[in-house]
Amino acid sequence: MIPEDRKYAKTHEWIKIEGNTAVAGITDHAQEALGDITFIELPAVGDVLERGSECGVIESVKAASDIYAPITGKVAEINSELQSRPEIVNESPYEKGWIFKLKKFDAEQLEDLLDAAEYEAILDEET
Amino acid sequence: MSYVANTPDQQAEMLKACGVSSIADLFADIPHDLRPKSFNLPRAKSELEVFDFFQGVAARNYSHLTNFLGGGFYDHFIPAAVDAITSRSEFYTAYTPYQPELSQGTLQAIYEYQTDICRLTGMEVANASLYDGGTALYEACQMALHATGRGRIVMDGGINPVYRKMLYSYTANLSIDFFEVPMSHGQRDREQIFQVLDNNTAAVILQNPNFFGVIDNYTDVVEHCHARGILVIQSVYPIALAVLKTPGEMGVDIATGEGQSLGIPLDFGGPYLGFMATTRKLVRRMPGRLVGRTVDRNGRESFVLTLQTREQHIRREKATSNICTNEALCALRAHIYLNLLGKEGLKKVAGLCHAKALYTRERFRDIPGAEIMELLPIFNEFMVRLPIDAGDLAGMMVERGIAPGLPLGRFHPGMENYLLVAVTEKRTKYEIGTFAETLEQILAGA
Repeated sequence: MIPEDRKYAKTHEWIKIEGNTAVAGITDHAQEALGDITFIELPAVGDVLERGSECGVIESVKAASDIYAPITGKVAEINSELQSRPEIVNESPYEKGWIFKLKKFDAEQLEDLLDAAEYEAILDEET
Repeated sequence: MSYVANTPDQQAEMLKACGVSSIADLFADIPHDLRPKSFNLPRAKSELEVFDFFQGVAARNYSHLTNFLGGGFYDHFIPAAVDAITSRSEFYTAYTPYQPELSQGTLQAIYEYQTDICRLTGMEVANASLYDGGTALYEACQMALHATGRGRIVMDGGINPVYRKMLYSYTANLSIDFFEVPMSHGQRDREQIFQVLDNNTAAVILQNPNFFGVIDNYTDVVEHCHARGILVIQSVYPIALAVLKTPGEMGVDIATGEGQSLGIPLDFGGPYLGFMATTRKLVRRMPGRLVGRTVDRNGRESFVLTLQTREQHIRREKATSNICTNEALCALRAHIYLNLLGKEGLKKVAGLCHAKALYTRERFRDIPGAEIMELLPIFNEFMVRLPIDAGDLAGMMVERGIAPGLPLGRFHPGMENYLLVAVTEKRTKYEIGTFAETLEQILAGA
């Protein structure tokens, strides 16, 4: 099931608002498509990310894919546990496998993202 | 399997598969006036004639000269076993393995070579090799630019001018800002480097020994750069590493160099060997192939190409580099050379080079007209200032059977009277004596 408490980008990232913080990660579909994840290059705390810009790389046994920022904001925290245990993203893409947190983000841009139903529709189209 | 390719029968078969009746039909789309009228090929030669022809070409080489040439490429002794092992067909005829894990022997050799380079440089990881010292330095710059997200490279004036030219040629159409720190008579000035560092500086490139033969401990430069988030790249002479402080010991981020000295003959500029080593932290930024050791499902030791997600065939345009090959045979020569000599043997070679160079420099100090600038610390190469053009002197010396060194005016305008002299373990006391006497005679006559 695709969680309904957050928004989705067409590039398969999710973003969830927790108070004044926006938490981001990749979707279950994305981790499934990538296969076993071996390495994640995280953005740096303090980086200002523009919506749609590349802010990290996920390497799996099959491929290397970029992570795109779903909205504009400043990186406040990164999930540094992923540096030693990137497979957490495979195991728990929506919870423990979060990738970065943004502060001072552009909340209006959330309107342009997809809700769970819309994202699911896109996945159905893809498959 | 037939070993004679392209027989008339095969041609007929291929033409049939293409659906044409003659080879000329394959060129039907090319207008007649654009086709060559003739290929002007001479008549075919017999094996004996070809052999004689190339003997004649080879005889034009000045290989009889006593060699004091250096400048990044050195005349070291190569044990016969290097050729004997390298020329085994398992190594000699194999091209880059496209299904690499099938070639466990090749991968093992590369893995062991990587281990050699790590031990020699004191760094944590080394790749499977690059084309040569200059291209390795360029790749190191790209690594630093990507790792820091900055756009400027500060280059010490002691970088080999050949490498400098290669860097400019590689980056002519890229927006990389190179800054050259000027240099006077081989001596480097720390403050000159520190002053030009800014927040956009990705890396400082140093060379040890530098182009003028001078050695240094750069630990302070590394510390200063790291405090500002700047990486340090060091280009090194591998033989010298046996006795000098290594890039690893100085805290350098990326070490590169020309591996020709490690069992590869001086062959008109190549093929040579670029080596590169870095820290664990930067391994994912490193270009080129990388062999790792692992175990298969039965627990047997085996070798694989690892971290391939850095590479072009997976990462496409975002790959660390467009390098997707290595100098496997040259790397194998270096591996065999290093292992024949061993740790102590290599130290001995380095010690001989150093002692003989110091002896030569001392000899030259007694020659009227030959001026040794300051007695700077050197490894096996030093500069001498002459009262005449160094190129003219080289011409006169070559007539007397000696290649006296590299005239520097060609690389550094204003240094026309400077000669860069290199001494390897191959030079005997007698040869050095003859060199000094000949130089003295020529200068006395000038």
